[in-house]
Amino acid sequence: METLDALMLARAQFGANITFHILFPTITIALGWVLLFFKLKFNRSGDDQWMAAYQFFVKVFALCFALGVVSGITMSFQFGTNWPGFMETVGNIAGPLLAYEILTAFFMEAVFLGIMLFGVNRVSNRVHTIATLLVAVGTTLSAFWILVLNSWMHTPAGFEMRDGVAHATDWWAIIFNPSMPYRLAHMLMASGLTAAFLIAGLSAYRWLRGDRSGGVKAGLKTGVFLAAGLIPLQIFMGDLHGLNTLEHQPQKVAAMEGLWQTEQGAGLRLFAIPDAEQQSNHYEVKIPNLASLILTHEWDGELKGFDAFEHHPPMAPVFFSFRIMVGVGLLMLLVSWVGAWQLKRQGEPKPWLAKVLVAMTFAGWVATVAGWYTTEIGRQPWLVQDVLLTADAASDVAAGMIATTLTGYLLIYAVLISAFIGTLFYLARRAGRLPEPSAHEAKPLAGAFQQEGV
Amino acid sequence: MDMLATEGHWLAVAFAALMGLSILLYVILDGYDLGVGMLMAAADDEQKDRMIASIGPFWDANETWLVLSVGLLLVAFPAAHGVILSELYLPATLMLMALILRGVSFDFRAKARAQHKQRWDAAFMVGSLLAALTQGYMLGLYIMGFEDSTSATVFAVLVAISLAAGYCLMGATWLVMKTEDELQRRAVRWARLSLWLTALGIVTISLVTPLVNERIFAKWFSMPEIILLAPIPLLTGLLALALDRLLVGMPYRHDRFYRWPFWLAGGMFALCFQGLAYSFYPYVVPEQMTIYGAAASPESLWIIFVGALLVLPCIIGYTIFAYRVFSGKAQELNYY
Repeated sequence: METLDALMLARAQFGANITFHILFPTITIALGWVLLFFKLKFNRSGDDQWMAAYQFFVKVFALCFALGVVSGITMSFQFGTNWPGFMETVGNIAGPLLAYEILTAFFMEAVFLGIMLFGVNRVSNRVHTIATLLVAVGTTLSAFWILVLNSWMHTPAGFEMRDGVAHATDWWAIIFNPSMPYRLAHMLMASGLTAAFLIAGLSAYRWLRGDRSGGVKAGLKTGVFLAAGLIPLQIFMGDLHGLNTLEHQPQKVAAMEGLWQTEQGAGLRLFAIPDAEQQSNHYEVKIPNLASLILTHEWDGELKGFDAFEHHPPMAPVFFSFRIMVGVGLLMLLVSWVGAWQLKRQGEPKPWLAKVLVAMTFAGWVATVAGWYTTEIGRQPWLVQDVLLTADAASDVAAGMIATTLTGYLLIYAVLISAFIGTLFYLARRAGRLPEPSAHEAKPLAGAFQQEGV
Repeated sequence: MDMLATEGHWLAVAFAALMGLSILLYVILDGYDLGVGMLMAAADDEQKDRMIASIGPFWDANETWLVLSVGLLLVAFPAAHGVILSELYLPATLMLMALILRGVSFDFRAKARAQHKQRWDAAFMVGSLLAALTQGYMLGLYIMGFEDSTSATVFAVLVAISLAAGYCLMGATWLVMKTEDELQRRAVRWARLSLWLTALGIVTISLVTPLVNERIFAKWFSMPEIILLAPIPLLTGLLALALDRLLVGMPYRHDRFYRWPFWLAGGMFALCFQGLAYSFYPYVVPEQMTIYGAAASPESLWIIFVGALLVLPCIIGYTIFAYRVFSGKAQELNYY
């Protein structure tokens, strides 16, 4: 019992840190590219509104980046302290992937971020644009490497076990492991949607407050159209990712679909309360045969339930996180398409829509975190699918010590998230009170940018 | 030299060297950030802004050297990573929290509403101080071989204070280089004060370490090592003396020698680091685990080594580029 508690605490602590961490890269990966888009738009057109949008969102980017960096450092320590068995068993594969992430991505993004934030009147506009590009490339590269590793933990390939330790045999197979392309695409689009709703939400907030300065409209349009374009692609990609999961981790799909027993022509459960003790669901609402049709493309296709697997994840958290993710996704589809239609037809959002957009500013966070819980809890009890059990990787750090530090982390994170959200809306209010920057006088603009101390 | 004969041994040494370089760069580079953070306690509001502006473009990248150091420990010496960080679990956690506080306050102070700015400034100073102290404390415990005793704790506290003083020295010499007028004159005073504290710390640590550890004693105080190694402490003392003499007359006309204090202080750090590295080689966990025993498999190390050889020159190249872009005195930092 003692060890189980320590294991749950170690998982809770790592989960809390990684959940907090993922919030910020999820924004910066895509926001970096949006900033480049603003910058290029401005370079080409000379239109002030793009520079205004850049100046506003570069601050959001800087804040997210700082929060991502400091929470990421915590991760690099906890790999060893919480899961020593992970590196002992699969370190030969995980090690090089992590090292490549640090070497190829972390330094590049951090160094060029300095130039991007503080270098406007120290380097030429061209170099500044290149710095913006390299920061975006850096954040995306970092996502690539970490998702390669994460995907490998779900669908390990290109290795052999010698004396209980994994040794790489084929790096190509390790990097392009079966779930990597789907997971990477799914995550990058999730980042795009998170950034899009953040941009749209903050711009809609300014719009509602009567702020009609240039950057507001540019942000609103960019956010809403980006979301409207990405969400159907994301739903399609999510479906492909699900089929890939069915092929490699059917027990995860069983948890997502709420299947205790193997069924022919399984129905799509819209809602249910899974009961692990009775191995059945309560209050089930389902559409007959639909789950089988979606996943096997056959009316009477067979879907395996928990009874078919020796190891399977806990059902309830996977089942509910999956529904939260899909629910938010569908809401995103509805809102972004109505928004795109309104902006196209009337050139501005109706007040009710602007309010909905403000409410959905952090919708991307909810969907992304729910999606991560689905896939990561869905892999349990394995840390590396069919290779290493989570329990076997845990450390012998005392439960009390983990509990104390976990409390400390949770406190800090609660303060930081409220400070972060509060500051974003404060920045949005403040931006409306500032005089319009003029891009036609290049120098004063650069000066103003510098002085704000982004 | 037959230790180096096999590929595995050769790679273990190469990775120990890479990790050492990374730690040294972290200590010097983030050392000045943390030092500036601590020294902010002695500055007025306007000077605080200028001090923050002087480290603004650099701190993110400086902190990345810590990620690389811990990352290399994790991937090249995974067994040691587990042992060291489990031993240092509490101070390491405190350090991480301090670094979180420091990093986010830096950004929040410029963006949050004005009435909250002082609170973020306080968080920035406390975060910097706590990060410096915990790092020194961990180094102290490491030197003592994670011994669980009162004397080990006392020693670790001493190292903690010395390292914090050393970081203040880095921060102060950085400010001498990056600022002008009244702030620069203050920085010169801070530099001298922290130099004396640092020197005192270095002397004490250098005397205590061989006394508590026979192996280290034997490594330094036997023939011919004692003669071959003598340049390390002598040169450190010489640098400290030169730095002190230089600081007395600062600032000079036309701000001559304004970069020298920073380089001299950095040189002192490099020499001390050299001494420590010599004392512990070939152990990665003192008296428990050598770099050879803790190293990951050669084939994986090769993959990383090739990557590091290709990428590190690029990293150093664009880091130098960034320092050139922001060379000269720090500019004003204003808020609306």
